[in-house]
Amino acid sequence: MEHITKLFKLGATGAIAVSLAFAAGTTTNAETITAVMRQPMRTLDPVITTAYIVRNYGYMIYDTLLSLDAKGDIKPQMAEKWQVSEDGKTYTFTLRPGLKWDDGSPVTAADCIASIKRWSSTDSVGQIMASLLTSIDQVDDRTFSLNFKVRTGIALQALSKYSSKAPFIMPKKVAETPTSKAITESIGSGPFKFVKSEFKPGIQTVYVKNKDYMSRTEPPSGLAGGHVVKVDGVRWITLPDAMTSINAIKSGEVDFIELLPYDLLPILEQDKNIQLIVSKSQGGMPLMRLNHLIPPFNNKKIRQAALAAIDQKEIMQADVGSPKYYSTCASVYGCGSPFTTTAGAEHLVKADPELSKKLLKEGGYDGTPVVIMRPTDYPNGGGSFVPVIAQQLRKGGFNVQIQAVDWQTEIQRRATRKPVSQGGWNIATTTLSFADLGDPLSNYSIAANGEKAWFGWPNNPQIEELRHQFAVATDLADQKRIATEIQKLALDDVEIIPLGEFSVVSAARKSLNGILKTPLPVFWNITKTKD
Amino acid sequence: MLTIIVKRLIATIPVLVVVAVVIFAALRLTPGDPAVIVAGEGATLQQIQQIHHDMGLDKPVLVQFAVWAGDMLKGDFGDSLISGLPVSTMILNRAGPTIAITTYTVLLTLLISIPVGLISASRRGKFIDKLVSGASVLGFSVPVFITAYILIFLFSMKLGWFPVQGYEPISKGLWPHFQHLILPVTAQCTIYIALVTRFVRSGIIDTLNEDYIRTARSKGLAERSVLIRHALGNAAVPILTIIGISITMLIGGVVVTETVFNIPGLGRLVVEAIQTKDFTIIQAVIVLFSVFDIAVNLIVDILYTVVDPRIRN
Repeated sequence: MEHITKLFKLGATGAIAVSLAFAAGTTTNAETITAVMRQPMRTLDPVITTAYIVRNYGYMIYDTLLSLDAKGDIKPQMAEKWQVSEDGKTYTFTLRPGLKWDDGSPVTAADCIASIKRWSSTDSVGQIMASLLTSIDQVDDRTFSLNFKVRTGIALQALSKYSSKAPFIMPKKVAETPTSKAITESIGSGPFKFVKSEFKPGIQTVYVKNKDYMSRTEPPSGLAGGHVVKVDGVRWITLPDAMTSINAIKSGEVDFIELLPYDLLPILEQDKNIQLIVSKSQGGMPLMRLNHLIPPFNNKKIRQAALAAIDQKEIMQADVGSPKYYSTCASVYGCGSPFTTTAGAEHLVKADPELSKKLLKEGGYDGTPVVIMRPTDYPNGGGSFVPVIAQQLRKGGFNVQIQAVDWQTEIQRRATRKPVSQGGWNIATTTLSFADLGDPLSNYSIAANGEKAWFGWPNNPQIEELRHQFAVATDLADQKRIATEIQKLALDDVEIIPLGEFSVVSAARKSLNGILKTPLPVFWNITKTKD
Repeated sequence: MLTIIVKRLIATIPVLVVVAVVIFAALRLTPGDPAVIVAGEGATLQQIQQIHHDMGLDKPVLVQFAVWAGDMLKGDFGDSLISGLPVSTMILNRAGPTIAITTYTVLLTLLISIPVGLISASRRGKFIDKLVSGASVLGFSVPVFITAYILIFLFSMKLGWFPVQGYEPISKGLWPHFQHLILPVTAQCTIYIALVTRFVRSGIIDTLNEDYIRTARSKGLAERSVLIRHALGNAAVPILTIIGISITMLIGGVVVTETVFNIPGLGRLVVEAIQTKDFTIIQAVIVLFSVFDIAVNLIVDILYTVVDPRIRN
């Protein structure tokens, strides 16, 4: 009995010591934001990949010449000013004085030229801009000019492009890396510094405040204005298990979750320490892509039949669930872009199975099964809603075969142009962010340049001619008119079938204040107080 | 003894060659392309093909295999196709958490299951035996992730004693290290404690019916000595077998624990590499896992000869 009493006392003492140690161990650093990002970060080159996480990394450590404000207007960022020549062919940019790389050296016009050249060799909008350029000339250390063959407005539009791939400015020695080789350096002039020693690909990316960063003095608006960092650092982590993320933010181990699964939202909705942030601009659009190269969708009437069979509301219900977070949309540019239009979208939102059957008859559909891939491991890419699409197509008169695949298989298979019997496909689904949809140039899903187009390979020279006209247009009214024409053609030819649109729901602990409404997650302007 | 070890080591060579060929071929035969991952969603076919070329994946498969095998023989695992970092560095960075979980799990399993199995066998049919048997069945029937979620709910969310996720190396302090590993190791070892306890119990019960146990008891030996020296010693071979199997299963199965508790170990590294088709990482980790399995089996074989002289002879 005496032994038992001793043991009990020893256990109780140990428990108290352990509890004290727990308390000490769970103290957090109030000046570092721990954020769970939606994708793992594995590469450091935002010019080679279109992965959003690498774009977001770019906004942490690099800066851009121009930015879009909350209204979508183009504003100077690294640039102090720009001038357009009278003939509209030359754009001259001057950098703000005092800009520095985080290794202490000054940012020069030569850095900008090298960065623009590298970026424009891989980005779709950059390539259009490059095709119109005659030269890029350095005027002095802070000034350079873009000289075009024709009068064009593409310079400002391209250099203010904010989504993948954004024209980040890098040091000349880094920007001269050939695009066949990924950049492994991380010298930037942005608001944060990348901590290479803490980088664990796929696991953790750590940033500290760049104390030498020269923020603009204007208040932040969209991605423009001041990028004032109000914390010491930010740690991005990837949590492979959604439930663990939820538990971690509830317990205070993480401060921010970029993307919450819709079905887990009720767990956080009632938590008084958590704020849910619904962001339309960070959302996107699920879409269907038809293979224009092989039967039956090499027949325009049959493509139109597929479009007529689709009902957006039913699909979004399966994809998202709560109407708080989705809506239907009759525009290929999404319903928040300056170029949004409903032109040519009469049959886009609501299903018309009878029209579908009629068009199938006119197109001579012979009942051959159409194969639709269902990525079961990627619910928002189609895993959740492909069965609904299949059923709608069946109601419209199609013979449909669903083939379950994993996302890796889908993205590899959708690149094949062979017939279905040789591993090809008829219908693929995916999701695009609004950042990549908003105008006819950055929206690569409506490009119709045949073999060079996105998978599905639509070939429509009229659309390509209009996209070229859009690129050289200098007047917003002109651009809107052209964008409307492009949508009419794109929906008539069925380059894509938009399936609705959704908002992204993020979560933050209430100790975070000043989170900006931006089209991608940014970490400037945020303060962190103790819980 | 030395002859046995040398023979077994020589026998591992063809095993490793087969593993290398099979994993290399399997990765090339299954769908998925790391170039697609690097290129991102909006990439055109031309861009993907360019990256594919830059990664050297358009070379003939036999050439790729020869290059990889040659480098492996020199101890060079190559660079990750996705991050560009040396695979050996990535493995070293990720090995710590997996080694920690595996080591603590094995130690706890041995420390708990052998005495509990012995007690249960010696009290066969009594309440304690029924309790241990019931708990064992429950232990290996409940999946690791369920146990993990229950532990997180109780000890992290309700009591706030342990963090929900993450890992701290031992270099950051003994307490932070164990604070992050107590729940994962508990979740992980439940199934192994249950399994090994069952084997210890049944092995001991089998030997307790043998004549030499009766002789030992009739000589007046203390029951503890009968159990440990005679019963456990003679039941050691099957117990060693199940411990060996458990350790090899553990190294492959730790990925679930690493995922639920967000521990950046080798299991997650290989799963992430599979998701991104990072061939060089998958190949290197699978070969390392195979070497580990072979080493564990070799050690178990050697231990057989130690505990049972008949095998040695």
